[in-house]
Amino acid sequence: MSVIEVILGGVILGGLYALVAIGFNLQYGMARIVNLAYGEFLMGAAFAAFWMFTLFHINPIVGMIFSAPATFGANWLVYRALMTPLVRRARTREQLEGETILATFGLLFVLRGAATLAFSANNRFYDYLGEPLHIFGFTFAANRVLAFAMACVFGVAIWIALNRTRFGAALRALAIDPIGAELVGIDVRGLSGLAFAGGGALVAAAGTLVSTFLTFNPSIGIEFTMKALVVVIMGGVGNMGGSLIAGVLLGVAEALCSYFVDSGLTLAVAYALFLIVLVVRPRGLFGTP
Amino acid sequence: MAGNKDLTESKEDRRRRRNRAAAAIGALALLVAVLAGAPWFLSDYQLSLMVNVACYIVLTIAWALFSGTTRLVSFATSAFFGVGMYTVAMLIKVLPLYATFAAAIGVGAALALIVGVLTLRISGMFFVIFGFGLSEMIRELMVWWEINRTHTMGRYVYVPFDTTMIYEHLLALAVLVFLIGWQLRRSRFGLALLLIGEDETMARQVGINVPFSKVAIFIVSAMFMSLAGALMAPRFGFINPNFAFNPLVSFVVVIMAFLGGLQRLWGPALGVIPLIMLSEKLQTEFPFWFSVLLGLVFMVIVYFLPRGVTGLLEDAWAALGRPLELPRGLTGPLIDAWAWLSRPIVLPRGVAGVIEDRWTKLLPRPTEKR
Repeated sequence: MSVIEVILGGVILGGLYALVAIGFNLQYGMARIVNLAYGEFLMGAAFAAFWMFTLFHINPIVGMIFSAPATFGANWLVYRALMTPLVRRARTREQLEGETILATFGLLFVLRGAATLAFSANNRFYDYLGEPLHIFGFTFAANRVLAFAMACVFGVAIWIALNRTRFGAALRALAIDPIGAELVGIDVRGLSGLAFAGGGALVAAAGTLVSTFLTFNPSIGIEFTMKALVVVIMGGVGNMGGSLIAGVLLGVAEALCSYFVDSGLTLAVAYALFLIVLVVRPRGLFGTP
Repeated sequence: MAGNKDLTESKEDRRRRRNRAAAAIGALALLVAVLAGAPWFLSDYQLSLMVNVACYIVLTIAWALFSGTTRLVSFATSAFFGVGMYTVAMLIKVLPLYATFAAAIGVGAALALIVGVLTLRISGMFFVIFGFGLSEMIRELMVWWEINRTHTMGRYVYVPFDTTMIYEHLLALAVLVFLIGWQLRRSRFGLALLLIGEDETMARQVGINVPFSKVAIFIVSAMFMSLAGALMAPRFGFINPNFAFNPLVSFVVVIMAFLGGLQRLWGPALGVIPLIMLSEKLQTEFPFWFSVLLGLVFMVIVYFLPRGVTGLLEDAWAALGRPLELPRGLTGPLIDAWAWLSRPIVLPRGVAGVIEDRWTKLLPRPTEKR
């Protein structure tokens, strides 16, 4: 296995991280909610794909047609029922961040506990497109390549939605200045709910893709939440392109670390990267000082 | 001198305040004396529960020292707790027991210094995120180090330091952290920290060194957490990184502190006992329900009890001291009618009244010269 192959494998993994981080950025950058229970929805979608595949032999990519809208609805409900009271009573942005961290922190425990009750804490795995694929003389697992391709499709779709539609322009206005957005007649509350729900739908898609090539259990959610947080902070809050680049960077760094040092150090890599960015560029990779 | 009258307290007030302080100190001393004697009249099982209670009281009060004043939620408790425990486990073969405790405090303080200097200077959000995964990251690093470099997975801590000794030491530590918190609330440094939590811009304007204050209190808080972890090490005998760096510890501490409330120094300690009872009841019978209930309890606190149980107690206390309002019943309207009838009669003013008004309008009284 050459270093180039390792780096390409890292890019493939990084595409998935970027997808997870873009969903998180929709929730944090646009709807202004720090959702610590974010990864739990990824875990939920992974389990949904697992059960659909093992019980009814439904192709995970087709299963996404059910799980993504369901998670969209669930997240919209979470925003309406749980986040709206906090948005109403928070006076500053910092206060809203603090309150939502606490509330979603409780939600994390509820969702993870419920999943453990329902599915047990065992590791799950199913075999879908496990065969090797040869591209330009390099060998990759077919399911990883598929996951990367799907992540690219979703990324392009999000980019078009944000930059080429009126709706996307309103969302970007929301990310830059919520009060100004309200003044020019944008329905901030309603749009925030949709952005939050959209982030949920993306993480459901990511969860389905993750389940095709990783072993998972009810407690994997928190790891993805942490990585999404790190990537979003590195790339800049509200900056989707930044999330994409930082996500790929994280994937490559992780792949290099597992090749040269040890594969058990993924979180340490994320934190090392985070620290370097923190020290060298405290306003994020693409922030203006 | 008249303006100063409110600031200087009368002799009577001072005497009353001193009596109250003496009563509080006396009650605290009595409570500590009873708790210190507990190992001699409790069963082994009850004592092990008390060890947990004492340990979590130290952790929650130490947590509140930092997070209760600066209002930055720290999820890093288990990192410091684990660092303290694992330092003892690694050094127990080469150093005497109390020297390992000192080393644990030093390592915890050094870790807090690094984390604080790197993240607390920039923004609150960075700190929260970093703390959220800190213990998980240290666990990964330690597992990797132990497997690849030292080729051990788990270490034994067998020392003549039984449960009673652990309990007494933790109790002493709890008293110490309580006294430090008490002094902090009365000191200039404590006021500076409270102001940072209220309004950081204002704190900077009045000349407080904000980053230094935050890092300093973070280190103090981390030292207590590390020492608590170090004291708990001999209790388990066998320690590996997965056991020492259990993220649940930081989460439970946050929940306990919020349940108890952060307005009063003893507030966080009030949250410890119900949660330990709950976990004791549930972890043996329904282990997975614990997580769900913990989350639900926490959400109820965040949404409905932002001031915790202490807030409820204070409201109840204030309600007791309020003048009693008797129900008015059927006699109420009768009393109202009587009051209406017996009101002073305003005589009609008539034409004379109008003339009087005109007159005063035409000839306003000369205003008094200053």
